[in-house]
Amino acid sequence: MTFVLAVLAAIAFAGGAVAAESQPPSCDVPDRLIPAENDLTHVGAEVKDRHRLDITVVGSGSSALAGPDGARFAYPAQLEQALKERLPGVEIKVTAHVPSRQTTADMAAAMPKILADDHPALVIWQAGTVDALRGVEPEDFRNSLDQGLDAIAAAGADVVMMNMQYSPRTESMLSVAPFADVMHWVAEQRGVLLFDRLGIMHYWSDEGTFDLYAATTGYAMARRVHECIGRALASQIINAAHLDAAKMQTTR
Amino acid sequence: MAMASPPQSATSERDLRLDLFRGLALWLIFLDHIPQNIVNWITIRNYGFSDATEIFIFISGYTAAFVYGRTMRERGFVLASARILRRAWQIYVAHIFLFTIFMAEIAYVAATFENPLYAEEMKILDFLKQPDITIFQALLLKFKPVNMDVLPLYIVLLLLFPPMLFLLLRHPNVALGGSALVYAFAWRLDWNLPAYPNGVWFFNPFAWQLLFVFGAWCALGGAQKLGVVLRSNAVLAVAIAYLVFAFLVTLTWHVESLDRFVPGWLADWMYPIDKTNLDVLRFAHFLALAAVTVRFVPRHWPGLKSPILWPAIVCGQHSLEVFCLGVFLAFAGQFVIAESSGGPLLQMAISVLGIILMVATAYLVSWYKGIEGRSPLARVKSPDADLAGGEA
Repeated sequence: MTFVLAVLAAIAFAGGAVAAESQPPSCDVPDRLIPAENDLTHVGAEVKDRHRLDITVVGSGSSALAGPDGARFAYPAQLEQALKERLPGVEIKVTAHVPSRQTTADMAAAMPKILADDHPALVIWQAGTVDALRGVEPEDFRNSLDQGLDAIAAAGADVVMMNMQYSPRTESMLSVAPFADVMHWVAEQRGVLLFDRLGIMHYWSDEGTFDLYAATTGYAMARRVHECIGRALASQIINAAHLDAAKMQTTR
Repeated sequence: MAMASPPQSATSERDLRLDLFRGLALWLIFLDHIPQNIVNWITIRNYGFSDATEIFIFISGYTAAFVYGRTMRERGFVLASARILRRAWQIYVAHIFLFTIFMAEIAYVAATFENPLYAEEMKILDFLKQPDITIFQALLLKFKPVNMDVLPLYIVLLLLFPPMLFLLLRHPNVALGGSALVYAFAWRLDWNLPAYPNGVWFFNPFAWQLLFVFGAWCALGGAQKLGVVLRSNAVLAVAIAYLVFAFLVTLTWHVESLDRFVPGWLADWMYPIDKTNLDVLRFAHFLALAAVTVRFVPRHWPGLKSPILWPAIVCGQHSLEVFCLGVFLAFAGQFVIAESSGGPLLQMAISVLGIILMVATAYLVSWYKGIEGRSPLARVKSPDADLAGGEA
């Protein structure tokens, strides 16, 4: 009898292990990497009062994916998907303005028009990579960020800044650290949220979640990374706007 | 030796502390230049505002004044200037050599690495499409790849050193004051040299010259003048307090949750701590480190003769060779880590191996200069400043 039980237990255990293995590896991010200490008040109000959330993503090439149907797999669309799953009953719309080669100065200049067109409650502003590529002076980079953030604040929207990707293979050629530092300080000083894509991807690399050194022409990994970024970003937004499911129930 | 210069006798013997700390700085620069390396957690930049670059530039200024100051006093302005400029030329050649290695690495990566995730980052390789412009800009020291900013700074500092040394030998305080004035103007008027394709030099020579000149000033008798200050307990207390403060602030950069303990007014005043323009906070941090160091490591400290410190000292004595090797090894190490997706063990192995190679090379250079009669130790017998020029 005990033998049969043991065999059953072993089969169940093996079955469980197989099931776990066939799942893609988890890309959950510890809370310390997605801080939510700054409230997203406009997002909270929009969701609770109007049951809708309009998000605008402003960024450059690293907010998009090439290849067939790239936009559907890039993190803006993945963010929309993740928010829809986690906030049922809320109408979610994510609009992306992500032409490649945009510097932060370009984006800051374009910001007022984008805000007037989209009327978002939240702007995700991805910046820094092109500035590092072009060797923009960190001081000018900082001024452009301030200019864009002023425009967003004036339009009555919340903002989450997003820094660069962690790209170990180009690290010896492209130095993003000074720009990441500026973004960190600006976020700190203005009390706005920063989505630390650099830190999060570094964490994934260290944990073995993704082999970011891998050379490949396939899109599988890039898509999965974007999906995970979209999800982590959704978590940060939900935490910072206090939209967790329990509270949603009571407010509805 | 008719010069009536009291510090002369005191400084005629090589101060091994300089070699020791320059050697250590070279190791730290090597470790810091491998970005993925877990070992670079031990380097001083994680524990305060300043880093190994400050140590390297200060000691380089000190030794340059020590070596060429003597030449200028004994053999005149023209010969000393010629030697300084020859040294600048050697460093230029070394820099271009490193640039070639860097280009080889980049070209390899461009040919072998592809990943749609990094389509945007890979645009950094676009400059390979116009080598006609890029290589010229590199020869003009305007195009400088990541981590290749120190040698161009050093070249510019040496090019301007002959008149500065002339002034330092006659009116040291005027020279130091002038240097501080240039530093202040650089901050006030945004002076810097242009870089390619955009922006300015990562190490602003107009700002960093202050540290180099300060080192030279110390070598030419300034250190003796500061003796009273450095022996005071109040100064020691202030220096230690500042180092502790800097350590605590740095801690908040690494531990996100501690950020909130830095009050807003302090952050507003303090940030950004600018490396390009040698922020006053960084300079002060270096001064505090130096003040504490000279207090606890006296000039004739017996430990300086111990075999444990010999590896660092020998590296410090052949700094140009070891620096260049360090930059190369950092490239190579990074390359190996990237190619093999290496973990912490490999990173540690590469760090240790790199330092061993640096020590071995320094020893080899030392041996070679010894048999050629050009070693710094042979100088006592043949007071030919040229040999020492190789070590400035």
